[in-house]
Amino acid sequence: MPEDITLERGRPASDTELARRADWIRLQTIDLIAQAGLGHYSSTFSCAEIVATLYYHALRLRPGEPRWADRDRFLLGKGHVATGLWPVLADLGFYDKALLKQFGKVGSPLNDHPNMKLAPGIDFSSGSLGHNLSVGTGMALAGRLSGRDYRTFVLTGDGELQEGQVWEAAMAASHYKLGNLIAIVDANGFSGSGPTSMAMNIEPLGKRFEAFGWQVQEIDGHDIATLKTTFDGLPDAATSEQPTAVIARTRKGHGVDFMEKQPQAWHLGLLSPEQYADVVAEITARMELAEGSVR
Amino acid sequence: MSEPTERKMVDVFSDIDRDTALKANPSGYAVAEIAAGDDRVLTMTADLSNTLAEFREAFPGRYIELGIAETNSVSVAAGLAACGYVPYIFSMSPFGVLKTAEQWRTDADYNHLPVRLVGRLSGLAMGYFGTSHYAVEDIAIARTFANTTVVSPADQNAVLALMRATADCAGPVYIRIAEAVDPVYDTVPDIARGTWPRLREGGDLTIAAHGMGVGLAVQAADVLKTEHGVAADVYDGAYLKPFDEAAIVDTAARTGKVLTVEDHTVNGGIGAIVAETVARHKIVADLAQCALPDVDLEVGVPAELYEYYGLTVAGVVARALELVKG
Repeated sequence: MPEDITLERGRPASDTELARRADWIRLQTIDLIAQAGLGHYSSTFSCAEIVATLYYHALRLRPGEPRWADRDRFLLGKGHVATGLWPVLADLGFYDKALLKQFGKVGSPLNDHPNMKLAPGIDFSSGSLGHNLSVGTGMALAGRLSGRDYRTFVLTGDGELQEGQVWEAAMAASHYKLGNLIAIVDANGFSGSGPTSMAMNIEPLGKRFEAFGWQVQEIDGHDIATLKTTFDGLPDAATSEQPTAVIARTRKGHGVDFMEKQPQAWHLGLLSPEQYADVVAEITARMELAEGSVR
Repeated sequence: MSEPTERKMVDVFSDIDRDTALKANPSGYAVAEIAAGDDRVLTMTADLSNTLAEFREAFPGRYIELGIAETNSVSVAAGLAACGYVPYIFSMSPFGVLKTAEQWRTDADYNHLPVRLVGRLSGLAMGYFGTSHYAVEDIAIARTFANTTVVSPADQNAVLALMRATADCAGPVYIRIAEAVDPVYDTVPDIARGTWPRLREGGDLTIAAHGMGVGLAVQAADVLKTEHGVAADVYDGAYLKPFDEAAIVDTAARTGKVLTVEDHTVNGGIGAIVAETVARHKIVADLAQCALPDVDLEVGVPAELYEYYGLTVAGVVARALELVKG
């Protein structure tokens, strides 16, 4: 893609298109995981609508110039869902789609967790939970220091919020009035070993962020129309003085019936050939139905 | 027991005033100097703003206070560095390095970002504040990070030299500040990256030290020469990563006896650097360490602790004589 082509914020995309894009992310994800032999299905599926809406509607990007200084930043705090991001970045032109064939192989820039040194379009590396809201705070501070109006989005898991460093960052972001920083919590209710709040209660999440000085929006994280409205209505990045937390209530494994019923079992795994066929059939049928409704 | 007046804690936290800033706080002076020539430079502290009075006065918009939250500070700094800034974090070494080791590795080091950590009050400098305030394992940890430059200035002039020399490093830098040390250099030395200045020449043994150990090493070498007729080859291990492998190989092969001096545990510091290098090059040499033992450490005023653990001129002389006599 030519260097100077900018994908602007608020790009037109219908709700149906974005819903289909989320399902496309799910299909691409199961293929990449099949290639690697193991992967994080259900956590990737819970944020598929969020990622689709950000990358195909809300973020200001320049795929031909991945380090463009005025781009919106997107940090994947829950780095274990990078598998769902790789096909998106390839599709938008950050790198050649042929790279997807190298996913998970030694020497490949694309792995289970994102690495900014290797993959174009990755604004920061992740994998160690709890770091990226701090990093995003640094990037938002940099935006204010340099007078640039980019936004910094950090997608965290809800289990990730058990890390104490997240709240150090939350404190610093409101202290420095970083209205250009947006935390999106993929609140799917589960961490690796079970229900999040059985491991360590993190609710009420909205009130907690409010108490740390953030403005909070609690939404259905699978509802495309709501996601679009939420991102369209974010405060002005250059002037607003309060960071925003979007608590996206989601379902882990959403989009595949048997995974949504047993989300914990599909945090990390590998579909059998029969299960793979079932998943493809379920998602494809839904996508075709959506296409039919458009016609 | 010596005079109580020499045994009190010294306040090294504050700039005091601008006239004495260079003498009392060369790292604060140096970062202000670097920032004057480089708009990308920022400073940050986790509640240690009093060490940056000069910088804050000169560049009020370029100082970021992060509160008592060291781990957040390192990751925030990495975010700033990823957007083109060069943040210098001023921190007490025990909290700046040990508490944030994983943030440093994952966010700063793995991503090759130009984050600098100026570790004040390293080693036993905080003395009677207690063992929680010791940083005596920091070099062992910091030098295992693949992309991090680790320097340990011997005195105030070396602080200026090494902070200037590392200002343009593309990756992260850990600057380990010893406090209240004796002067080693009359002027600001020119220390090339990865080299160890040779401060005394001799063939009877080698003494390699860093930070506060360098002053002890050169004074001990002078005592050894004048009082015992022993000629020591003395090196300032200013760069602990990358270190001067050629100098170690050369001196160890010539003298066959190497004593290392440092306010760090016997594990993983300059003693280990020398031992690993000598072994790797199959040099036969006797090695000894003036360092802190691998046990629970005592608490007290630094001067008394140094004496207790033999980190004194007399302690280095005694250890050197043992090594020479075999």
